Amino acid sequence: MTSWIPESASNLASNVDNITLFVTVLSVFFCVLISFFLIYYSIKYRRKSENQETAYITGNELIEIIWTVIPSILLMVIFAWGYIAFRELKHPPADALEINVIAKQWLWQFEYFNGKKSINEMYVQKGRPVRLIMRSDDVIHSFFVPQFRVKQDVLPVNYSQLWFTPTKTGTYDIYCTEYCGAGHSKMLGKVNVLSPEAYARWERADEFGGDAVAGGSDLPPAERGENLYSQRGCNACHSLDGADGVGPTFKGLFGREEKLVDGSVVIADENYIKESIYVPQAKMVAGYAPVMPAFKGILSDDEVTAIIEFLKTQK
Amino acid sequence: MANGIAADSTYESYLAKKGFTAWALTTDHKRIGIMYLITISFFFLLAGVTALLMRYELLTPELDFFSTTTQYNVAFTLHGSLMVFFFIVPGIAASLGNFLIPLMIGARDVAFPRLNLLSYWVYLVGTVILMTALAQPADTGWTFYTPYSVETGTNVILITLGVFVLGFSSILTGMNFIVTVHKLRAPGMTWNRLPLFIWASYATAILQLLATPVVGITLLLLIMEKSLDIGFFDPAKGGDPILFQNFFWFYSHPAVYIMVIPAFGIISEIIPVFARKPIFGYRAIAYSSFAIAIISFFVWLHHMFVSGISETAAAIFSFLTMLVAIPTAIKVFNWLATLYKGSIEFHSSMLYALSFIFLFTIGGLTGVFLGALAVDVHLHDTYFVVAHMHYVMIGGTVMGFFGALHFWYPKWFGKTFNELTAKASWFLVFVGFNVTFFPQFFMGYQGMPRRYATYPEQFQSAHVLSTYGSWILGLGIFIMTVNLIAGIFSRKVPEGNPYKSLSLEWQMPSPPPHNNFEDIPIVTDWTYAYGKK
Repeated sequence: MTSWIPESASNLASNVDNITLFVTVLSVFFCVLISFFLIYYSIKYRRKSENQETAYITGNELIEIIWTVIPSILLMVIFAWGYIAFRELKHPPADALEINVIAKQWLWQFEYFNGKKSINEMYVQKGRPVRLIMRSDDVIHSFFVPQFRVKQDVLPVNYSQLWFTPTKTGTYDIYCTEYCGAGHSKMLGKVNVLSPEAYARWERADEFGGDAVAGGSDLPPAERGENLYSQRGCNACHSLDGADGVGPTFKGLFGREEKLVDGSVVIADENYIKESIYVPQAKMVAGYAPVMPAFKGILSDDEVTAIIEFLKTQK
Repeated sequence: MANGIAADSTYESYLAKKGFTAWALTTDHKRIGIMYLITISFFFLLAGVTALLMRYELLTPELDFFSTTTQYNVAFTLHGSLMVFFFIVPGIAASLGNFLIPLMIGARDVAFPRLNLLSYWVYLVGTVILMTALAQPADTGWTFYTPYSVETGTNVILITLGVFVLGFSSILTGMNFIVTVHKLRAPGMTWNRLPLFIWASYATAILQLLATPVVGITLLLLIMEKSLDIGFFDPAKGGDPILFQNFFWFYSHPAVYIMVIPAFGIISEIIPVFARKPIFGYRAIAYSSFAIAIISFFVWLHHMFVSGISETAAAIFSFLTMLVAIPTAIKVFNWLATLYKGSIEFHSSMLYALSFIFLFTIGGLTGVFLGALAVDVHLHDTYFVVAHMHYVMIGGTVMGFFGALHFWYPKWFGKTFNELTAKASWFLVFVGFNVTFFPQFFMGYQGMPRRYATYPEQFQSAHVLSTYGSWILGLGIFIMTVNLIAGIFSRKVPEGNPYKSLSLEWQMPSPPPHNNFEDIPIVTDWTYAYGKK
């Protein structure tokens, strides 16, 4: 496979790639054929003199039938193959492990059967089919992992589902592919495909997000906070360079005086930041919409401490 | 081919009368056509500038040119809405259709000249509403998907109101053209002798008449939901957001063909003239326009394969999508066969027509990838779709439009442009377009989602290439525009029928007289009798 095809890391990927390859070969064939005649005729029948003889040909029924029937047959083959592969995508095996996915502006939240929750980082086991049961808290989003060749819109009305069996350990990008507003291009997540041993360790770990596996709890707090800043999606709304986003910038936030919607003023100290992460709507900074999700039960106290330490470094 | 056309040298050209009211209140289809041409060209250039800004932002993965992501989102919303609703839908159909349909069928004007003027003014009112909306633009994308468009604080109402008003112009023009083609053909201009541009305009007019009311109603419902809080589409109010997508694409898929079928017509006119050959498979081309128009009403769900529709619906719509590829392929083969044993002259408009065949083939073939269900799941809402759509819309429609500009220019103005500069700008447009959009197919297959203000680093090299391409393309269009404007001030007067075309509009002086035909011509042969012995 050539390099423009992304790594294939699920049981469904090779099907999609095979159809793509088939259509690519046909397309290149027809494109070369058409270009060949376009260039060949242009050279051969270029006007050499003003009174050049031309043939009076108005059509040919046989050739019309040929170039109608051949593409029709090929198109039907492509249709059938595409449909067969699509059916597989729509029918998860009965023993698939279920994960609830909640999409909201602008993060992914995952809830596992054992009560664990994580934000923007999904943990699955290599070789074990997974079925995602997805809903949105606000507008339409779409869950897409290119390496798995799967995509499904996530709706605010009813549940949608998607399944795959990861076939390689590693970390793969999750993109939101339905435009959902200011933070759309930052609504990124990761699928961590773990070996059975690592997955068992993750299941036992106390940390909410499973940093015991990903590494991080052994880092200095500020560095860990920096990882969390991007892993947990803070970066979708809070910039580090002073640019105004959906939420206030983190640049110089720690220790800053913030004016709240009720007119009062607070200093952004440790306790204010902790409260604002756990219960964002408690003390809203004036000028921003109340859209931040509550991280109570999602981030541990240790993780919040790490984020606060990180904020102190952002002067 | 036709008798009874006056070759009086002392005629009064349609351009002769000067003054504001002579234009603003004119019922002359040619003047209205020129007014459309100028207005849509303005919006095309404006929308092109927003595209250049977006491409500039995408040079780096981080946000650096715009100061917020919302500004980028506004830019792509403006780019899409302006291009689709203000340039490409009314574009060829209204500007070239108005100028050419009566001339090509041997009529003195369209069937309802005053209604025609009204259509233009309704269009202009729509654009004025939109220009007001520019002060506070929306950030929803040109598709206005609910519930985001209901929730966003940006000004969705004005922009959709503009599009709603514009719809009336489209409907009225469509109706006018249908009646014109039915009732005003010159004696002897039978259906099987009609120029293919007329067939294409006719098929387009039917689509405009039948499909546009649906988008009008949809946008009205959206406006009511936003202003009166009635829950049609927002689940928080008991509505269904997928219903909006169904309504929207029920119009917007046929609209794709409203945009591209007129270009098919243009190509079918340019190629026979410069190959000095009859069009190959006249009926196949004429009827395939109709086949496309009809099937295009039944493929809209292919925009929604990952929205959670049923497997059966997906299967049916994938099947119908494949069907629409067949008449499209037939057209390409017929144009190609027209070149066989011809005498080909590479006028700038012919270069656009030939590149149309090549680029539209790529646009059509990449559509087959998207029609195949399992592949669409992977490619939906990635840059692959962006590239496919631009290969059809620029590689198809805009190439056809540019070809038409260079082809009928002497007819419109009785002047000509610098042909060498025109060829040079064609070359820049062709190269720039491919450098911009070809890398996007690969980016899309690798997973780069569309409508991203910022993006993961692994896509940067492809984005940089694409942005460089957009500069070449922009330069090409800039030179072309300057060349065409400069042509109006040139003193060079072309021959009356510089390409030795057999079509009716070239059998009269350029620019045409105010009333087109002194006596209505009597048509004795079809338009494509090149080399007939």
